[in-house]
Amino acid sequence: MLELIQQLTNGLAVGGIYALIALGYTMVYGVLKLINFAHGELFTLGSYLGMSLLVSFALAGRLSPPLAVLVIIVLIIGLSALSGFLLERVAYRPLRQSNRLAAVVSALGASIFLQNAIMLIYGPNYQVYPSQIRLTIAVSLWGLNIPMMRILLFAASVMLMIALYLFINKTKTGTSIRAVATDQGAAKLMGIDVNRVISLVFMIGPGLGGAAGMLLGLYYGQIRYDMGTLYGLKAFTAAIIGGIGNIPGAMLGGILLGVAEAIGAAYISPAWKDAFAFLVLIIILIFRPTGLLGERAADKI
Amino acid sequence: MIPPRLPKSALRAAMVMAGAGMLALPHLLGPYWTNLLNDMGIYAILGLSLNIILGHCGLFHMGHAAFYAVGAYTAAILSTRFSVPILWSMPLSGCLAGLFALAVARPIIHLRGDYLLVVTIGIVEIVRIALVNNIFGLTGGSNGLLITEPISIFGYEIFRPAHFYYLIWSMAALTILLFYMLQNSRFGRALNYIKQDDLAAEGSGINTAHYKLAAFVLGAVWAGLIGAVFAAKIETVSPQSFSFSESVLYFAIVILGGAGSIPGVLLGAFLITGLPEIFREWQHYRLFLFGAAMVIMMIFRPQGLIPPGRRHYNVWPYLGSFPRGVASRNREPR
Repeated sequence: MLELIQQLTNGLAVGGIYALIALGYTMVYGVLKLINFAHGELFTLGSYLGMSLLVSFALAGRLSPPLAVLVIIVLIIGLSALSGFLLERVAYRPLRQSNRLAAVVSALGASIFLQNAIMLIYGPNYQVYPSQIRLTIAVSLWGLNIPMMRILLFAASVMLMIALYLFINKTKTGTSIRAVATDQGAAKLMGIDVNRVISLVFMIGPGLGGAAGMLLGLYYGQIRYDMGTLYGLKAFTAAIIGGIGNIPGAMLGGILLGVAEAIGAAYISPAWKDAFAFLVLIIILIFRPTGLLGERAADKI
Repeated sequence: MIPPRLPKSALRAAMVMAGAGMLALPHLLGPYWTNLLNDMGIYAILGLSLNIILGHCGLFHMGHAAFYAVGAYTAAILSTRFSVPILWSMPLSGCLAGLFALAVARPIIHLRGDYLLVVTIGIVEIVRIALVNNIFGLTGGSNGLLITEPISIFGYEIFRPAHFYYLIWSMAALTILLFYMLQNSRFGRALNYIKQDDLAAEGSGINTAHYKLAAFVLGAVWAGLIGAVFAAKIETVSPQSFSFSESVLYFAIVILGGAGSIPGVLLGAFLITGLPEIFREWQHYRLFLFGAAMVIMMIFRPQGLIPPGRRHYNVWPYLGSFPRGVASRNREPR
């Protein structure tokens, strides 16, 4: 039983990361009907930039570590948002009017480009987050040993998700994003600047993804240039499980996926860990083709 | 169709010369370049087989490496366990890949565009993980299988790049011929109709699920066949050769070349295998530049380098039952 709860907390922490990445996929898909394959690489980029900033600022001792981490996360969100904005301008906007497959290939090309750019800058080996920054304390609760990092990670991802949820549902800008996702043409007629909304979505999504990258680095302590592919695929899976285009769905899907993976790895086989996510995806899509909280939009008839 | 501008004799002469050139190539080039041509041939055949699914039928399928893997591993397992000569196991490789496709595609065939894309990515990842985990104790884990049996057809041993060149490119020629015929057959027309509008196709009495599944199986059988040849050529099959990024490459071949166009796919295979060679001097920057090239090509030619031509069918002979006057009044002078 204790073992199970231990695995659950681990699953929740990793699930929070999946959910943060999945939000970027689901929002972009919502407004453009495009799978942003380069999103996983923006996540990796956030992770690497976070490492560089931590090494150069926090270790120099100008700021106390907790404060430094907070400041750097905010910086990373900004930098990732900027790279997302540039990505959309360069690789996706020129293809807005052409067929869907061309945009998919452009996204794949951008993904290969970014992944190799990161490799050229930082090298092909694992990179280690500065260990002085990472908390190694564990909290003991009813005989459970839960690493502090895990709790902080989950809390941070939940906070970011709540912030996003409030932004999307309570602000005027959030309403315009939802309007563009529902019907671009009608939104344009209502005086919404669709291009501005799309740029904004390409800043929010990668911003959250970059923050997730940095949280992951703090949690596991080591990162690699090609980790974005697998995390991206899994997060996209999470977005689909929740119903693509659906923001609460992506959060739910990410957390479910993290938990399912942790439990599958612990009780069935760790070697098959990465296969569970896809197996869950296939099963859900066979029985509920539009995801758990899926759009129930009828096909064109 | 080839536009009838050149006189037929000139065209025929050009084709004979091209054929002779192809035959002579491995003797003019060294083994290194011949080997590159072999890879090109393999990618061309894989691209053509994916083209049936993605190009002709319009199904977003990014897991083609899974079917290729089934073919290659079938051949490798038969060779290492039962010492079946690797090329004799080709038909079985094709059949098993086809059966595998039938089994996995049957439940997912109703999925729309991007959902299908992600599920096929899931399949290729699951297959790769299964291979790494030495499934059924047959696949040899992450090191894969080493084929030591000599490879021969009709007592003629095949081991040099030049031998493989003739084997692969004669297979490619056969593939081109068959798929060209297929494209204009009843089956090919049905696939094209599904790609353009599958609801209308269903409405006109085409069993779309049946045809989509048939396209999947046909593409998979071909990938399985060439998988066996790949196993023979490379002599070690290991999970790295069948990863998601490999599938992305086949996808890019079809879309960059021109989905649904046989010359387009051939050009795509030529570029995707050739471009990294051109960038070889900047070895580390190879994939970096390759990714950038993919984006740029799509921005400037989103329809692919050689998109398929518009199809023309002469339907007048079938309109005999219409009133004479209507038929002849609407007939355009050509």
